[in-house]
Amino acid sequence: MSNFIGDWNALLLLLLAGFLPNEIWRMLGLWFGGGIDEGSELLIWVRAVATAILAGVIAQIVVQPPGALASVPASLRYAAVVAGFLGFVGVRKSIFAGVVCGEIVLIGGKWWLG
Amino acid sequence: MSLPPLDSPQWHSSLGSFGWGMRSAGSTVLALVLFATYLGIGALAHDSHFSLGWAIASTVFVWAGPAQIILISTLGSGATAVQAAIAVTVSAIRLFPMVVSVMPMLRTPKTRRHQLMLAAHFIAVTIWVECYRLLPQVPREKRIVFTQGLGCGLLVVCLTATTLGYSLAANLPQLLAAGILMLTPLAFLLSTARNCRQLADVLALILGLALFPLAAKLHSGVDILISGMSAGTIAYGVHWWRAQP
Repeated sequence: MSNFIGDWNALLLLLLAGFLPNEIWRMLGLWFGGGIDEGSELLIWVRAVATAILAGVIAQIVVQPPGALASVPASLRYAAVVAGFLGFVGVRKSIFAGVVCGEIVLIGGKWWLG
Repeated sequence: MSLPPLDSPQWHSSLGSFGWGMRSAGSTVLALVLFATYLGIGALAHDSHFSLGWAIASTVFVWAGPAQIILISTLGSGATAVQAAIAVTVSAIRLFPMVVSVMPMLRTPKTRRHQLMLAAHFIAVTIWVECYRLLPQVPREKRIVFTQGLGCGLLVVCLTATTLGYSLAANLPQLLAAGILMLTPLAFLLSTARNCRQLADVLALILGLALFPLAAKLHSGVDILISGMSAGTIAYGVHWWRAQP
């Protein structure tokens, strides 16, 4: 069992550096969002900011790629995003088709480049 | 799979509604993307010498892919707990507007805030996107339990993948690892694009993508927050301006 749990300090770290930093924002959102009216203008702004922050997360992964993705040339990463979007639009807004197109360009391109 | 109509007796029981939520987790291609992402997270935890129990606990309690990747890679590279906590806190700010925008869809006039806590914990990108797609097809008084079911369904998917990824670990080939990492931006982009309802959403997505490379030049540590707040506010400004008579 001790193998499964491992080091108790690591679990404490998980709680302090992983769980709490995420849960604080969720609970603040609950406290704040629990009082807003569904049709309010404020909510349109909040949703626009949430969408734009998410767009930033997407851009960050593609522009400043983590780990193994950094081994793929930047032009190929951008091409994969464009291919994904074209596949999505081309096949009746199918997320699946878009993801498959993007991955084919990324993995196929990298394999072809060697 | 399609959900029963709003007036169907199948929505009368809470357990049934929870079940429809769980089944909905299997109906989305995003579950497949989550599965692959958490295979990667399990493998990363193994390679960074965390225990399997730790990896499973991180999926249950953190419940946000990018935050887990940051946590494992910063702690694994020998950063202090404070450095890791700061990096994770910044990445988690995006959860705040997501939870704020979903809560009004879940609430009825009689709902108390503590009843929303479990649903709020489950909010992350995938559930946020799926709530916008699915909740209009769910009777309002059953939306909390439906979202809990959806969250539990996706949790089962992610826990299976975490465990499997941890056990396979044997260093994923680099090409496959790159492919797995690319899944997140592709799936996030396309699911957000599908979710855009108003001009403000479309503009926020486009401006958010375009402004990040500029904000990244600031090296502020909160680049995403800066580009996101500005892009979202400009998008809302355009929406407001067009609504004026």
